[in-house]
Amino acid sequence: MTPHTHDDHEHEVATEARFVIKPKDINEEISWAQINEDVLGSLERPRPLFWVIFFASLAAFCWGVYCEIYQYRTGLGVAALENPQVWGLYIATFIFWIGMSHSGTLLSAILLLMHADWRKPIYRFAEAMTTFSLMTAGLFVLVHLGRIWQFYYVVAYPNERWAWPNFSSPLVWDATAIGTYLTTSIIFLYFGMIPDLAICRDKAHGFRRTFYRVMSVGWKGTDWQWANFRVTYLTLACLLIPLAVSVHSIVATDFAVSQQPGWHTTSFPPYFVAGALYSGCAAIVTLFIILRYTFRFEQYMTIPILEKLAKLTFAISMVWTYLNVVEYASVWYGTDPYAKQALIFRATGTYAGWWWAMNILGSVVPFAMTFKAVRTNIPAMMVVSLLLNLGMWTERFMIVTPTFAHGYYPWTWTGNWWPNWVQIGVIVGSFGWFTMLFMLFCKIFPSVSMYEVKEMVYHRIRARKKAATQRAPVAQPAQS
Amino acid sequence: MSFDNMTSNWSKLRVRHPQPDQYKDAPYKWGMVIDLDACTGCNACTTACYAENNLPVVGKERFLGGQQMHWIRIERYWGEGTESTQEFPEQGAQFLPMMCQQCEAAPCEIVCPVGATHHTPDGLNSQVYNRCVGSRYCSANCPYKVRYFNWFDYPESAWPSPLEQQLNPDVTVRTKGVMEKCTFCVQRLTEAKSKARTEKRTVRDGEVLTACAQACPSSAIHFGNLADPSSQVAQMWKAQQVELSAYPQKKNEQEETERLGGQVELVPYPQNKSEQNVETEQLGESGEKLRGYRVLEDLRTYPSVVYLERIRSTEA
Repeated sequence: MTPHTHDDHEHEVATEARFVIKPKDINEEISWAQINEDVLGSLERPRPLFWVIFFASLAAFCWGVYCEIYQYRTGLGVAALENPQVWGLYIATFIFWIGMSHSGTLLSAILLLMHADWRKPIYRFAEAMTTFSLMTAGLFVLVHLGRIWQFYYVVAYPNERWAWPNFSSPLVWDATAIGTYLTTSIIFLYFGMIPDLAICRDKAHGFRRTFYRVMSVGWKGTDWQWANFRVTYLTLACLLIPLAVSVHSIVATDFAVSQQPGWHTTSFPPYFVAGALYSGCAAIVTLFIILRYTFRFEQYMTIPILEKLAKLTFAISMVWTYLNVVEYASVWYGTDPYAKQALIFRATGTYAGWWWAMNILGSVVPFAMTFKAVRTNIPAMMVVSLLLNLGMWTERFMIVTPTFAHGYYPWTWTGNWWPNWVQIGVIVGSFGWFTMLFMLFCKIFPSVSMYEVKEMVYHRIRARKKAATQRAPVAQPAQS
Repeated sequence: MSFDNMTSNWSKLRVRHPQPDQYKDAPYKWGMVIDLDACTGCNACTTACYAENNLPVVGKERFLGGQQMHWIRIERYWGEGTESTQEFPEQGAQFLPMMCQQCEAAPCEIVCPVGATHHTPDGLNSQVYNRCVGSRYCSANCPYKVRYFNWFDYPESAWPSPLEQQLNPDVTVRTKGVMEKCTFCVQRLTEAKSKARTEKRTVRDGEVLTACAQACPSSAIHFGNLADPSSQVAQMWKAQQVELSAYPQKKNEQEETERLGGQVELVPYPQNKSEQNVETEQLGESGEKLRGYRVLEDLRTYPSVVYLERIRSTEA
């Protein structure tokens, strides 16, 4: 809101017209009761697409469970894992899900601290995405273990056998960091939801009322409660940001700490964090479009907000591209022949198609978002966001697999490793699990933050009024 | 209690291998020398290993799928040779037995989340099956890819009754989901050590052999105690001027430079004691060419296995 000092009436009208033409992030005339009604309505009567997505994801999840049970009973060998391809797509997809979990934090915590109020209608589902994708990522760690039933050996807990995990192993750091991040983001998600749960409680009946009453832990909306709520929420946001950065840096150390060509790169932690924010933003765009239609959120998830998201995604995609090029360049101009050979294998070997696809999808496709026509077009953004997510999944695939196929030891070079149906089934199942949980969440909990949207509307109207007063000739300061 | 244990033993958890003279006062440091000139690629070592260590035979399909469990493998390389040197054609295949190199600075040890693979005081890189959760990080970080994972529950399929009667009772039959690898036949070492202890002595050279060394018909595999300076293996290491904790040697720099086209200047490694004298660097004390090397030495994993280069008759 730049203070307007022109008292030329015609000019002012022209400027006003320009402001009017520019679409607003949200309809500022919307009443608070209307907000409550719309959001609470999303808990009861979604469009039929909701049930299509829910049952499709449930089916995918069941298929994944079947594959996992088969693998659990028979052994990991059925998933076409072998020596030296010991990790396969499980770890690649694990990184993908960890990455997805970052943008919830970006939207809710970082933009909160930056006072970007357009995040308010969309941060809740982004946080839910964070939580559920972290849970999915955690599942992959378990699925990939040879002896799932002893996963707790990795966790540092005092025990009577005096046996500790190996603290020099990045996997232990992983377990600790993911556990901490998951706990904190669940608390953050839940805590930010309490005032809305109280609204749900006030409007619900029967067993749902009981449920929301328990969940809203006695929220009455007193000044005292609000004051404490604000401070705690801000503290949690400040706590969550370093956690988010640490989690993906630590996942990157899984690779950077190891000795293998193509992994042993010091630039991996920032590269992974950038990739995480990137894929997370793209996933938010996808879910934004789905939720907007499914739960009739057209008034809250508006085109201008989509456009801002697209701009954010584009900016992050350029950061990722830069770090990607830095990684290639440092290998190419470096003196490590093994790493260079691994890079050449990526670009020309068995997986060359995937590698080039990753670079094109990750670095070229985002340029579509430089066009306003694309940014404001929902089908186009849907396609672009899905392509970007495919590109980011391919990036993780290209980090993990080629290094196994073309490591240090020529005898173990394998040129033709591909995943089989069990692995793909588990991965499809993970998407089902995530979507199912996410859709359930949106059905049970308000996926648009009612109180924050009210705040947003309130503050915008106030800012507009303030600007209008400043524009008025009477309000002009006398000096200069 | 366990906190105390961890904090009081913190320095032990942080031990770095190798340290200079680490095994000077230790009774044992098991090591190996493999003479590639003697290796005929007969696979007797592999067979002996299967019998000794209860390795499952996985069948052709799984073998081709990369799920084989051979702790020691014979790698066969066909040299194409170039017209100018005519180096390879008359020599045909070259063989290299590859097993766990029992690295002193093992990449697998630092990354195992549960400490299932760790260094023993004997200089072995041990694998604790009970502790292994099967994250396969060790295999991912192994430069030699000599770690084998139990992709299936082999006890049921590999030894149908009455074949389980032929299993070696001294060796655990591994369950599915754990990593395993060459142990230098640790069951034999333990037995020999325990026998020697009852007689109040250390294990004599040649008293204990790994199954592969025992089975090798051309005696290409030498096994012994490096901590004993008089053992055959220690003598061979010394003759080849390989030191356990030393950086790779620049042996025959002239030849290397020529091989790389005469333009490449080798990146100097930190000075080894033996490199101070250029005369003795190229030729051993007995006057023969030095041909000992360790695989992927420049990664500084400090393997306990020395390979002796094959002698090539380039004059033929």
